[in-house]
Amino acid sequence: MEIKKPVIAFSPEDLKRRRSRAKVMAWCLVALLVLFFITTIVHLGGSIAARQV
Amino acid sequence: MTIQQTEFTNQTLVVGGQGTAGDYFALLKPRVMSLVVFTAFVGLLAAPGHIHPWMGFITIFCIALGAGAAGALNMWYEADIDAVMKRTSKRPIPSGAILPGEALGFGLTLAVASVLMMELFVNWHAAALLAFTIFFYVVIYTMGLKRWTAQNIVIGGAAGAFPPMVAWAAVNGQIDLGSISLFLLIFMWTPPHFWALALFAESDYEKAGIPMLPNVSGRPETRKQILIYTLLMIPTVALPCLTGTAGMLYAMGAGLLTAWFLKCAIDVYRIPEGPLNTKACKALFKFSIYWLFAVFALIMVERITHLPTFASVF
Repeated sequence: MEIKKPVIAFSPEDLKRRRSRAKVMAWCLVALLVLFFITTIVHLGGSIAARQV
Repeated sequence: MTIQQTEFTNQTLVVGGQGTAGDYFALLKPRVMSLVVFTAFVGLLAAPGHIHPWMGFITIFCIALGAGAAGALNMWYEADIDAVMKRTSKRPIPSGAILPGEALGFGLTLAVASVLMMELFVNWHAAALLAFTIFFYVVIYTMGLKRWTAQNIVIGGAAGAFPPMVAWAAVNGQIDLGSISLFLLIFMWTPPHFWALALFAESDYEKAGIPMLPNVSGRPETRKQILIYTLLMIPTVALPCLTGTAGMLYAMGAGLLTAWFLKCAIDVYRIPEGPLNTKACKALFKFSIYWLFAVFALIMVERITHLPTFASVF
């Protein structure tokens, strides 16, 4: 027996909203990436290469 | 055998995903967040000790994120009463733009992210305080006090008063008298501020069944309580000077601002019921917002310009 899943029809407005949400989400992720990178650098401090292991 | 395939539209099935990025931003209560961010920033500047400017930025970011999370969770829980009240009926959940479940997921994600980031990047003292602040606002105030007692604002005011303490703890990992003095400033300011609002939005709260003081004890009692709490607020205005957190500029500025606050509260108490009293309530509500911004701005200016503070008497 094959049960097909219901198809949900999105209107063009829905799709437009979804696209815009996805774009905002992508920018937020990029911002977080930059934030984490800078924070890591700040935590490490200066002259990291010159430190004794 | 194939079971019939049905085509659903958004009218026949609630599928979610209808909200725009703006709707999600509205869930964060940006206006409340701006006050939280500002008071936290002043807490960061006022705290003795040093924090790297970037880590200071991260601290404020985490506090803003936590405040937004608390706002989203508050809107999720209060969707039923928001729909009834005119002031809140256009919020994303009652307007149908965002489903309650979506708001819950969004709020919980932000709450966990803000506390984790604070713990990983700043320190666990600040993270624990931030977690407690979100818990206090969502569970103690929103789920408990707000629908249960007319003293909701008095106790619940603590939630809005924690952010400068969180920022203070981010700098030196401590809760000391200076941070408590900033906490008390906001804590004692909250009842007159919200009761002034409740006096001119009384019907809205009554319709939603929220036990605000004017609905429970009556308008005359509320006007009296506003004056009493304003008088109680006056000693807390002096506390930042006594704890060595503020100096002469703050003492003079806050003194004048508080005198005007008291004048507004006396007007609310003295003017008989009617349009003039409503006007006085609106004036107090509006001025109280400026008052909080201005009082914290005075401390901020003192710190930025390195003006001397009074010696602590404790």
